[in-house]
Amino acid sequence: MACIEAHGLRKVFGATVALEGVDLCVERGRILGLIGPNGAGKTTVLNAIAGLIPYEGELKVLGRDPWAERELLTRDVAFMADVAVMPRWLRVSQALDYVAGVHPRFERAKAEAFLEKTGVRPSSKIQDLSKGMVAQLHLALVMAVDAKVLVLDEPTLGLDILYRKQFYDSLLNDYFDRSRTIILTTHEVAEIQHVITDIMFIDAGRIVFRSTMEELDSRFVELTVHPEQLGAARTLRPIHERQILGRTFLLFDGIDLDRLAALGEPRTPGIADLFVAVIGQAAGQAQGAGR
Amino acid sequence: MNPPSNVVPELPEPESSVPAAIARTRPFYWSVRRELWENRFVSLGPVVVAAVILIAFLINAIHLAGRPGAVLELHIPNQPNPIEQPYAIAAILIVVSGLLVGAFYCVEALHRERVDRSIVFWKSLPVSDVTTVLSKAAIPLVVLPLLVAGVIVVTHLGMLLLNLLVRLASGAGLVALRAQTPLVELWIALLYGVAALALWYAPIYGWLLLVSGWARRAVFLWASLPLIAVSILEKIAFSTSYFASFLGYRFSGWWPEAFRSQRPCCVPHPLRTLAPGTLLSAPGLWIGLAIAAIFLAGAARLRRHNGPI
Repeated sequence: MACIEAHGLRKVFGATVALEGVDLCVERGRILGLIGPNGAGKTTVLNAIAGLIPYEGELKVLGRDPWAERELLTRDVAFMADVAVMPRWLRVSQALDYVAGVHPRFERAKAEAFLEKTGVRPSSKIQDLSKGMVAQLHLALVMAVDAKVLVLDEPTLGLDILYRKQFYDSLLNDYFDRSRTIILTTHEVAEIQHVITDIMFIDAGRIVFRSTMEELDSRFVELTVHPEQLGAARTLRPIHERQILGRTFLLFDGIDLDRLAALGEPRTPGIADLFVAVIGQAAGQAQGAGR
Repeated sequence: MNPPSNVVPELPEPESSVPAAIARTRPFYWSVRRELWENRFVSLGPVVVAAVILIAFLINAIHLAGRPGAVLELHIPNQPNPIEQPYAIAAILIVVSGLLVGAFYCVEALHRERVDRSIVFWKSLPVSDVTTVLSKAAIPLVVLPLLVAGVIVVTHLGMLLLNLLVRLASGAGLVALRAQTPLVELWIALLYGVAALALWYAPIYGWLLLVSGWARRAVFLWASLPLIAVSILEKIAFSTSYFASFLGYRFSGWWPEAFRSQRPCCVPHPLRTLAPGTLLSAPGLWIGLAIAAIFLAGAARLRRHNGPI
């Protein structure tokens, strides 16, 4: 069953088209990573899903229209942006009091138990906590409302590498189970490679690529090609080619692994490499079409 | 609440609709508390002013007590009693501090959450924009008037006590303390006065909240300069000053509508100076409240579309 479903989602800010007909469908129990360059429309998609902005086209989250029913949906849909959106003047205990006061599904004991593990003191003000602790606090609130859908917009922005890892560990170990759904964006694509189950690339307001991670692993191969085999490898039409320190890496889509193994050392590509290849290809096609 | 027919079965609609109806006021209550947490000056402002007044009054009372008889000698018929005058001055100062706090609060209320980006966090919780705006409007319209009235009563009691102590200590007579004006009646008149003032000023607070939710920066200038500009424009272009007198009426019109000619602080029966009938039948009150409602609706609509700036 689709938890998030969009058809022809479009958003225009003044003269700028932020989203140009986005279709997406996120099933329950999936973790979708939405990857794109700056200004591609990632945040706009998430803001629309969280009911923060109006949009054109059709969008349903848990069967509801987020813009028309934001207040109702926020009971089941949690939204986390980077830690800077947490009000700095708020005390941890006040944050718990407030969310307990306004959220019908908030389980305070759950949040407190989680916070106890993280060493965040209830009397602390958010401005006195480290960014990592603020992220943990926000995650504690989200976990305690038992949200069915979690929308994460650059949740680890500004966190150092230890806290980023800790954040995703908490997310997977303490929050995520197969009954929940997560959609997230981040610039640190390498970090979410083993977190997400589905991936989408967005560029200039359009979804340019979508795949499950299983499919990605079986479909794409990055080959460190033997120099003498370069010509032969190129005839298999790699989708991307890059050279580092005199070695050539070719990225293939849907080519048999055995054939590639004869030409060099195959491995599963990183999301970042795939991203560069796909976005580069899309840009090339757009240029070609322009001509 | 009519859920759409294609609601997915995951949403616990039937069980949550009843508690939701009961708990409708809870988000409002907690939002008001949230405002008080964030804006400590709302509760502290009038209290600090009252503390300063009490200290000043203590010094003054010691000074007066050193001159026995001075009080009675100074008493001139139809003039404010010199003992009661400080009570009135204290009340006026605290009311004015409440007005300033209220105005300052409104200017910030819907602006700061956009500047510090916390609006994203608040909007991720199940609190509607209408509830948020109403909770913010409740600060100058309900919380501050009650606080101001309470602080005035406590300040008056403190002044009375100080007066008493100083006079007993200095051996001065308590005769002059038998005030012309009964304090309890005065307090009721005060409560009525601050309530009338809050209702009368509702469109001013509403306007400040609206501009606070609209302006990207310099909220106070956006709230005040256009009004001044329109007044000047009208004066120069048409040699009339309807807009300026309309504004003047909004700022000072409440007093003649809410009270009879005498000041409640200085008469034997303060309650007789109240004119609630006149106030409630004044079109200015109801027009003002209607305009305030429009401004607040506008502020809620703006907030719905607003994000961080």
